[in-house]
Amino acid sequence: MNAQAKVAPRDSISTAIRGAAASGRPALVGFTTGGFPDRDRFVRDLRAIAAAADVVEIGVPFSDPMADGATIQRASFASLKGGFTLPWLLGELEGMRPRPRVPLLLMSYLNPLLAYGLNRLPDAAAKAGVCGFIIPDLPYEESSEVRAALDRVGLALVQMVTPVTPAARLRMLCEASQGFVYAVTMTGTTGKSVAVPDEVLDYMDRVRVVSPVPVCAGFGIRTAEQVARMHGHVDGVVVGSALVEVLERGEDPTAFLRALAP
Amino acid sequence: MNIEALRIDREALLAQTLQGAFPDARGRFGPFGGRYVPETLVPALDRLEQGIREILPDPAFKAELDRQLRTWVGRPTPLTFASELSRRWGAEVWLKREDLAHTGAHKINNAIGQGLLAKRLGARRVVAETGAGQHGVATAAACARLGLPCTVYMGSIDMERQSPNVGRMKLLGAEVVPVTGGDQTLRAAIDEALRDWVADPDGTFYVLGSAVGPHPYPYLVREFQRVIGIEARAQMLAQAGALPDVVVACVGGGSNAIGLFHPFVGDLAVQLLGFEAGGTGPGLGQNAASLAYGTPGVLQGCYSLLLQDEHGQIQETHSVSAGLDYPGVGPEHALLASIGRLDFAAAEDGESLEALAECCRAEGILPAIESAHAFAGARKHAKRHPGCRILIGLSGRGDKDMPTLQRTLLKGTDR
Repeated sequence: MNAQAKVAPRDSISTAIRGAAASGRPALVGFTTGGFPDRDRFVRDLRAIAAAADVVEIGVPFSDPMADGATIQRASFASLKGGFTLPWLLGELEGMRPRPRVPLLLMSYLNPLLAYGLNRLPDAAAKAGVCGFIIPDLPYEESSEVRAALDRVGLALVQMVTPVTPAARLRMLCEASQGFVYAVTMTGTTGKSVAVPDEVLDYMDRVRVVSPVPVCAGFGIRTAEQVARMHGHVDGVVVGSALVEVLERGEDPTAFLRALAP
Repeated sequence: MNIEALRIDREALLAQTLQGAFPDARGRFGPFGGRYVPETLVPALDRLEQGIREILPDPAFKAELDRQLRTWVGRPTPLTFASELSRRWGAEVWLKREDLAHTGAHKINNAIGQGLLAKRLGARRVVAETGAGQHGVATAAACARLGLPCTVYMGSIDMERQSPNVGRMKLLGAEVVPVTGGDQTLRAAIDEALRDWVADPDGTFYVLGSAVGPHPYPYLVREFQRVIGIEARAQMLAQAGALPDVVVACVGGGSNAIGLFHPFVGDLAVQLLGFEAGGTGPGLGQNAASLAYGTPGVLQGCYSLLLQDEHGQIQETHSVSAGLDYPGVGPEHALLASIGRLDFAAAEDGESLEALAECCRAEGILPAIESAHAFAGARKHAKRHPGCRILIGLSGRGDKDMPTLQRTLLKGTDR
C-alpha cells in the first residue's frame, strides 16, 4: 500500500537526530512556546530556530503548566493572553511556506488535546507537518487511547524517563517511546540550570543501553559546556527555557543554538 | 451536566458503586479519576499506593490514628439539633459540627491521617496547598505534632482574604510560600505544590487536602474524611431516631462532602445534595460550580468535570469563599452526580452570606463561608420540602473569614 511505502512522520525525528550524531555532535532539539512572544514573531523565531536545530519542539501553552518552571510558565501565560489557540497554531504551521526543513514536535499538556478532540487531532497535526507529541502529564499507563490515535497516521508519542524511574520501568518506557526518549536530567521543573555530575552521565548511559530509539537529555540545558560534557552519553539535547529567554531578550536564536554545539 | 459524550451507563455504574468497586485498579471512579502526572511522580504515587494498601489496614496504624482523633482532634464531633433554624425553615435541621474539630474544620481529619502515613513512609518533609487556609493550618498543626517540617503554598489573593490563617500557620512552624503566578488562588497553589514535589519525589510527602488530584489521593482523602459520615449516621440514628431525608454539604474540591456523603451512599432513600459556589451568576468566570457548568477534562492529575473554555484552557473562577474557589471537582463526585446518586445546585455569594448571618443569630454558631453555602442550599430545599429531616455538614467555623465579613456583612457597622 502507498501509505506503508511512505516514511512515517515519526521516523523523520529519529532520522534527524541520528543524522546529527553521525556528523559528530549531539542533535539540538530547540523549544519555543507557540504564539510567543506574539503571533508574528513566533513564526519568524520558529524559522530562525529551525535554521540551527535538528528538531523543533513547540510548546502548546496551557493555563496550568505544572511541569514547567518560571520561564515557560511566563511564556505560556503571555501567549494565552495574546489569544493563542491550538487551531490557530495548526493553521499557521500548515500555511508556512516554505515548510520548516526540520521535523516539528508538539509538547502539550493533555487537556488542550482532549478539547481539540482525539478523533480530529492526528490528521490535523499531520497536515500541519507535525511529526509527534510529547505530553508531560500523560504517563504510559493512561496513554493507550492517545497512542492508538497517533499511530493511525504514524505520529510519534515521545516518552519521558527521569533519574528516579526504576530500572524495569525505564526499559518499558524506552521500548514504548517513538522518535526518541526524552531523558529528564533531574527531578524538578524545566529551566533550572543543572550541573552535569557523573551520576547524570551514568544515568544517560543507562537509558541509552536499553533504548532502541535515540536518547535526548532535557531540563536545564543552557551552556556549550553542558552539551560538550553530555556528548557521547546522549544522542541529542533539548534546549527549552534558555532558548525562550533568548527570545524574550530579542536576541538571535540561530546564533545561540549554533554556539551550543559547534 | 455536560457529559453526553461520555455515554454513561447509569444503572451499571450505580450497581458497581454500591458494590464498592470504585476506585478500581486504575484509580478510576467510572470514567473519572486516573493518574495524569509527570513521569517523575509515577514512582512516588506507586509507593504511596503500596503504602496505603499495607499501612491503612494495619491495626497499629488504625489505633494510633484513632488515638490522635479522640485525644487531639476532639472526635467524635457532636451532632447538634438546630432548633431555631428548624422553626424558621419549617424543617428538622441537624448540624454535623466539624467546626468543633481541632483547628476549626474537617481538614484536620485528613491532615493528621496523611501526616501519620508520611511518617510511616519515612518522609523528610511535607508540602501542602491551601485555599481558605484551613488545610494549611491543619497540616501545619499535624506536622508540628508529628515533628515534620512543613511548607504550605497559598495563593496571594487567598493570603489576603484569609489572613488570620496565614499567621496561624506561621505560629505552628510552617513556612508559608505565597503563589503569585496563575490565578493566585487554590488552583495555582496546587500547581506550585506539585512542582515542589516533583523536585524531591523521594523525600517529600505531599499532603493533598481536597478529594482531587491523581490516584490514590481522591481515595485517600475520602478514607480519612469518612469518619464524618460514619459518626453522623450513627448520631442521627441515636439522637433523631432515624436517618435524614437529605444530607447537604458544600462542594469545592469535595473533601468534606465525600466524607459526609460516602457512608450514606448505600442508603438509597437518603438524598445527597451538594452545593457548589454559585459566585455572582452562571456565566463562565462568575462561579466555581464545576458539576453544574463544567465539562470533562484533565486538570492536576485527574479526569473530572472542569470549568474550561472550548480550547481546554482552565478558566478563572469566582467565589466569595476561598475554599470553594476551584475550577474542578473530585472524580467521585463527578461519578455520583453523573449517575444521579448525588444531586447538586449552586448557592451564590449573596445568599450564602445571608445564610451565614442567619446561622449566627439563630444558633449562635459562626460557620465558615464555605459551610454557609450548604446552609443557603438547605434553606432553599426546606422551603420546597416542608417538614423534611435535613443533615447539614457544618464543615468549619468562620473566624478565619473575618476580613471578608468586615468588608461585606459588617460594612458600615463599626461606627
